[in-house]
Amino acid sequence: MRDLAPKEPPTPSPMPSLAKPFCNHLKALSLLIGGLGNLGFSSHPIAEPLAIKEVANGVYVHQGSHLLPNPQNHGEIANIGFVVGNHCVAVIDTGGSQEQGQRLKAAITTTTEVPICYVINTHVHPDHIYGNRAFKSPGVEFVGHYRLAAAMAMRAPYYLVQAKDQLGLTLNAEDFVPPDLEVRDTLDLDLGGRTLHLIAHPKAHTDNDLSIFDTASETLWLGDLLFMGHVPVIDGSLLGWLKTIDQLPSITAKRVIPGHGPITALWPLALAGEKRYLESLAHDIRAAQKANKTIEQAMNEIGQEHRADWQLFDDFHRRNIASGFAELEWEDPSPEPPMKNPGRSNP
Amino acid sequence: MKTLIIRILLTLTLLTLSGLPLLAQAEGEDESQWTSHLKNQFFGDRPISEDHEAIEITAPYRAEDPALVPIQITSKFPQTGTQFIKKVTVIIDHNPTPFSASFEFTLESGKADIATRMRVNAYTYIRAIAETNDGKLHMAKAFVKASGGCSAPIGADSEDAKARFGKMKFKFDQDKPTLGSANPVQLLISHPNITGMQMDQISRIIQPAHYVTDVKVSFDGKPVLTVKGDIALSTDPNFRFYFAPEKAGELHVDIKDNLGQQFSANQSVNP
Repeated sequence: MRDLAPKEPPTPSPMPSLAKPFCNHLKALSLLIGGLGNLGFSSHPIAEPLAIKEVANGVYVHQGSHLLPNPQNHGEIANIGFVVGNHCVAVIDTGGSQEQGQRLKAAITTTTEVPICYVINTHVHPDHIYGNRAFKSPGVEFVGHYRLAAAMAMRAPYYLVQAKDQLGLTLNAEDFVPPDLEVRDTLDLDLGGRTLHLIAHPKAHTDNDLSIFDTASETLWLGDLLFMGHVPVIDGSLLGWLKTIDQLPSITAKRVIPGHGPITALWPLALAGEKRYLESLAHDIRAAQKANKTIEQAMNEIGQEHRADWQLFDDFHRRNIASGFAELEWEDPSPEPPMKNPGRSNP
Repeated sequence: MKTLIIRILLTLTLLTLSGLPLLAQAEGEDESQWTSHLKNQFFGDRPISEDHEAIEITAPYRAEDPALVPIQITSKFPQTGTQFIKKVTVIIDHNPTPFSASFEFTLESGKADIATRMRVNAYTYIRAIAETNDGKLHMAKAFVKASGGCSAPIGADSEDAKARFGKMKFKFDQDKPTLGSANPVQLLISHPNITGMQMDQISRIIQPAHYVTDVKVSFDGKPVLTVKGDIALSTDPNFRFYFAPEKAGELHVDIKDNLGQQFSANQSVNP
């Protein structure tokens, strides 16, 4: 609870952006790689700027679409964007491909002359991080959850194959840019005239979810902790996610930006749909396990009443049940599951 | 000249297009691994019939989560002195380690059914080969579209997963078992079952393989189910099977993993 309440700035104030480039070896490496990347893109020196909208003063979002990642869209499906301060721009998620990253960068440079200091990744999923490489350059610090680097490393081999097979992208290890600044609990980034308050969450959508609160506009950027329209996808912990959903409303914000859905929504009302779906899932899985139903039965029977509420339901719902089922089997005490959240609120 | 080029291009396009379904089919129904060496590797030149007389296999055609694919093998007859299934071997053709598990049954099993969850790394056939008491081999197979199940990241590194490492529990369908008939039971094992394929390209650190190799379930000292496992078994291995108690007694399980760690658990059964 305490972790979630936005605090006043005192935590490590960032180094002035000009003093940064010579921090460590990673930086030197990034110089080299950045140079190589630029060479690779020299045939398209100016990318077409990505369509963005200003949802609050200095807060810009590009709206993704509710599609499965495929070779046509290269996984460019998530909401991504940036926040402009007086001295620094912070990018929040970079998109599903290096090309989308280039286009986001083009959108930034056509919007403002303020330099990019930070690239924040809300979590490890490809539609949020594959544009990272486009931003690698001296003076840019990558920021992520303290488990992001490990998650990138663990997933890279699998993701590389998937990128080739399913996105039509040929990637290599350099496309996974780990954070320079790791957020263990919270971190404040001073952009000049506005502060971004970052919170590293326990396992929820993934095990490396980061939320960003812009103090100036009171805008909460949740990444995939919030799905709207696109059915929520569990890749961390069903129970952990529900716990996080219960705690998030302690953040007072004027609006929220979901990882998938509209570019801005009312807070905390925007959480209701996702909460209803996940609570109902947990409730029904517990009930199925109590009735000694098998995982196959659960996958076939549970939650069909939610189909009309969500896009891509048939692509992720059964998978959500399977992973929730495996997780809840080890919930303690298992024989008499505590029913803290007795299911859907309004049938 | 121009028309010729167009014609050639057109022919090439048509060839490519017509070639596609063939390619897809070849990829979709690939028996080559099995016929070229897997069959011989595991069963030599013994005849195997696909006769549906002993077992059926059920698996999802499209696996939603390749690291957690539910697989059910159902026997066609109860275990009796005159006719019973001794062993079922599961082979996943296109997994890095095709041998996935084997299950040995006895008369005490009552029914030689087994359901478990597996990792599936590619579009592949999953085969179950049953050996009956007369020494004959019967095969059932299911095609599954999945990718990356073996290298998919494992979420079993959390604190709570570490805390329950090695824990096991039995779950029964009914409160009390029925004596003299086959009763379903589920065994849950808390074990990460790491494949050793989660290669880290950035730090070059590999999570070393760590998986359950042996599971022995007995009732009152008599074997009910003996499993040989490999990396295809999903995180937190889970088995649904049958046992046929004649009287009250104790279900006992011993497991061993590839690092030599051993765990056991008991569950008393009172009808």
